[in-house]
Amino acid sequence: MSDRVPFPQQIITTPEVVERFGDLHPPLDRQAAVPEANRCLYCFDAPCTGACPTHIDVPGFIKKIASGNLSGSARTILDANILGASCSRACPVEVLCEGACVMHRYNKQPIQIARLQRFAMDALYESGAPLPFEPGPETGSSVALIGAGPASLACAAELRRRGIRATLYDARPLPGGLNTYGIAEYKLPLVESLREIEMLSQLGVDFHFETTIHAAALAELERKHDAVFLGIGLGAIHQLGVDGEKLSGVTNALDLIAGYKSGSLTTVPARVVVVGAGNTAIDAAIAAVRLGAAEVHIVYRRGLEQMSAFTFEYQHAKNEGVKFIWHVQPMGIRGDEVADGLELTKLVSTEDGSIVPEPGSEFVLKADLIVLSIGQATHSNFLSEHSSKAGKIQLERGRIVIDRMTGQTSDPKFFAGGDCTNGGREVVDAVADGKRAGIGIAKWLEVRRVQA
Amino acid sequence: MSKPKPTLATTFCGIQCLNPFWLASAPPTNCGEQIMRAFDAGWGGAVWKTIGEPITNVSSRYSSIDWEGRRMMGFNNIELISDRPIEVNLQEIAEVKRRYPKHVVIASLMVESKRESWHDIVQRAEDAGADGLELNFGCPHGMSERGMGSAVGQVPEYCEQITGWVKEKARTPVIVKLTPNISDIRIPARAAKRGGADALSAINTINSITGIDLDTFQPNPNVDGKSSHGGYCGPAVKPIALNMVQQIQADPNSVLPLSGIGGIGSWRDAAEFILLGCSTVQVCTAAMHYGYRIVEDIQDGLLNWMAEKGFATIEDFRGLSLPNVREWKQLNLNYQIVARIHEDLCIGCQLCYTACWDGAHQCIHLDRVSPVADTTRTPGMVEAESAQRISTTPIPKLDAGAIGGKNSKTPLERVPRVDEHHCVGCNLCSLVCPVENCITMERIDKDLPFESWEERVAKGLISSGTGEVMSTNT
Repeated sequence: MSDRVPFPQQIITTPEVVERFGDLHPPLDRQAAVPEANRCLYCFDAPCTGACPTHIDVPGFIKKIASGNLSGSARTILDANILGASCSRACPVEVLCEGACVMHRYNKQPIQIARLQRFAMDALYESGAPLPFEPGPETGSSVALIGAGPASLACAAELRRRGIRATLYDARPLPGGLNTYGIAEYKLPLVESLREIEMLSQLGVDFHFETTIHAAALAELERKHDAVFLGIGLGAIHQLGVDGEKLSGVTNALDLIAGYKSGSLTTVPARVVVVGAGNTAIDAAIAAVRLGAAEVHIVYRRGLEQMSAFTFEYQHAKNEGVKFIWHVQPMGIRGDEVADGLELTKLVSTEDGSIVPEPGSEFVLKADLIVLSIGQATHSNFLSEHSSKAGKIQLERGRIVIDRMTGQTSDPKFFAGGDCTNGGREVVDAVADGKRAGIGIAKWLEVRRVQA
Repeated sequence: MSKPKPTLATTFCGIQCLNPFWLASAPPTNCGEQIMRAFDAGWGGAVWKTIGEPITNVSSRYSSIDWEGRRMMGFNNIELISDRPIEVNLQEIAEVKRRYPKHVVIASLMVESKRESWHDIVQRAEDAGADGLELNFGCPHGMSERGMGSAVGQVPEYCEQITGWVKEKARTPVIVKLTPNISDIRIPARAAKRGGADALSAINTINSITGIDLDTFQPNPNVDGKSSHGGYCGPAVKPIALNMVQQIQADPNSVLPLSGIGGIGSWRDAAEFILLGCSTVQVCTAAMHYGYRIVEDIQDGLLNWMAEKGFATIEDFRGLSLPNVREWKQLNLNYQIVARIHEDLCIGCQLCYTACWDGAHQCIHLDRVSPVADTTRTPGMVEAESAQRISTTPIPKLDAGAIGGKNSKTPLERVPRVDEHHCVGCNLCSLVCPVENCITMERIDKDLPFESWEERVAKGLISSGTGEVMSTNT
């Protein structure tokens, strides 16, 4: 492992992207962080901790910032959430810790938990100190982890802290999954995700990149390892199923975001339309604005009330100049070779609650780039081909069914977590899944060892 | 009925005062130019930075205690008395009195413990036009090593003798400034009174080491790697000062007109000192922190409060709280209060819960949503249950109303419940509660007559030497 080039040094940052995607929430300096930390009431059984999927001891780490124990603060965060640095930037804290803060009912402004968490994590990086955990004494057990996104990373960290070998396989050239490639750069720069994983890898995690695991390989891994963790995320973004979808100038939100983050895409054309109104659609639309589009629309089949984006994300998009067209359905994409417009039909509600196209309401929205963001498919099909003595991995609408407390699937040797189990939620949800699964695997292996 | 328009004008041992707000003898009263600016800002008087044979100071001289982001909760100095020639100070006193005849200028004095030295300085200060003299028997650092300051104040015989020498000569009122660095403030107060003092001022600063630098291991303030104990003052010392003020005022052998000192920074502080019997108050740290301008609110706030309470003069409320400070044995043992948590105001921080369990009597419980009262669930059990709970980021259209946010009410399970049967009425929960009026202490004793420990002993119900065993669990 020592001969590997550190992950953050394997990428090239693009000046245009750095300049246009500056911090949405700038860091706090010490003189701002300490008074903010002192504002925390230090609640008992704190609601912020309860709201955090990884149950970070929020008042605990904040108290340590106030007392000047910054290394202890970072350790408190990492102990609960090994991706505490990313989460401090990427989490929708308005609906998590900060949303649960009792200050909403006291002097109205919640404690800036995310920025304080980032302050503690930045201080750890700046100190040059190593990860404040050591691998546990080697047990001789080993686990294969499919995918190197947040769920697998969190699981691997728990395994390593318990002396269990962790080997990660990922199809991409770098680790982190959507944490590295899929989060708006003004929230979490790609290099920060890699820096965090570099630190995590001090626990002694084996990575195998550009390796896709199919059914046969999975069977092989099952034989070689004591357990397998599936952190495979979701698959490709859905297609619209309309004419013109194969034209140049049609892309999807994840490719757009990964493209600009990795530097392969530095500009977009003047008119951009994003189809869909989830958080990823918002990220793509704002990215289009920042990459130079003059006019960016989001079009959505339903209304504001039904969109899956968070309210603060919607507000952010509006502030950046993104326009929303509600209750429209794409019918086709126009253009010769290159897309130049999106055909839309208005939708109306019928008495039985369904929504149907309104005849005669068709119109064309001019667009040079059409970005699809209408949800991701699952890519768990290869699992259904797999069966072992112990059973089959049960799926439900493509999602892997797990025991939430342990991450165990219906095949006891297989565990899973993250988007492939929940259909696509936040990084912190994946970390929490991975953490529970890591602990769950360790316990399961221990029980087996005792019984053997 | 129209209320009288209040006035701040008052009299202190015969000295007419525009208002009772004086600057204490300290750096803010170092020279005439400063004091004249202070008078322009609204201060009614100033006690000149102690005059004596000029000294040499060290650098640095001050240090402080910050508290949760607020600066200078407590302040410490190792500065000595005036470093200016006596003559210069006296000339400036004369000039200030010429320009501000209605403002009070008190000369603070400290010379070696010789009768002639004191006679000489008293004569010169009064000749310069000082309205009164304050004998600095309190300075706890530096000067005390040379037999002056608190070295005098700590020995009642010296205190009495020097006060006597001064009184042989003085034509103006003599104020003795007391040191708190003594086990009972009444002892030096009585000595000063026996010596003939016209008034007292208290307290001077408290011996202190404010802190140690955790990198260099040097105490603050740092003088070339070393430090020395200093004099502590500022907001942190106010409760200590109030107690000593009350002790002096409640003791017939000590009581004299008193100028209150110690942590005063606002009109509220001033009102409290006056309610315990002070006629004037002296301010230093707050003026060093924010400048002379703070006196505007001290005046304005006190006048508004006096108008609201119907007090026309300082004398109308001076000492009103003295009868309310009693010995413990005189307190009513039958007075019983319990905590009430007002659900509608509770924000669910549960600080009262953890405080009651760890710091009081385990009478607050988290059982509002359990079918029956559950007083056996410990904080550890509560935390263990929470750690097992699975939380997920809410998705707006799937998990509507999943998270709190701006307009949410505190969930009932987060609102603690007081077990009133076991509550001892200690106040702790209401003190830690961040929300005003959310936890109130309410009286529950009914039809029980006043009864004090003293009375119980007198009735022979208890022998005075035994301790009562308080039961918290019956």
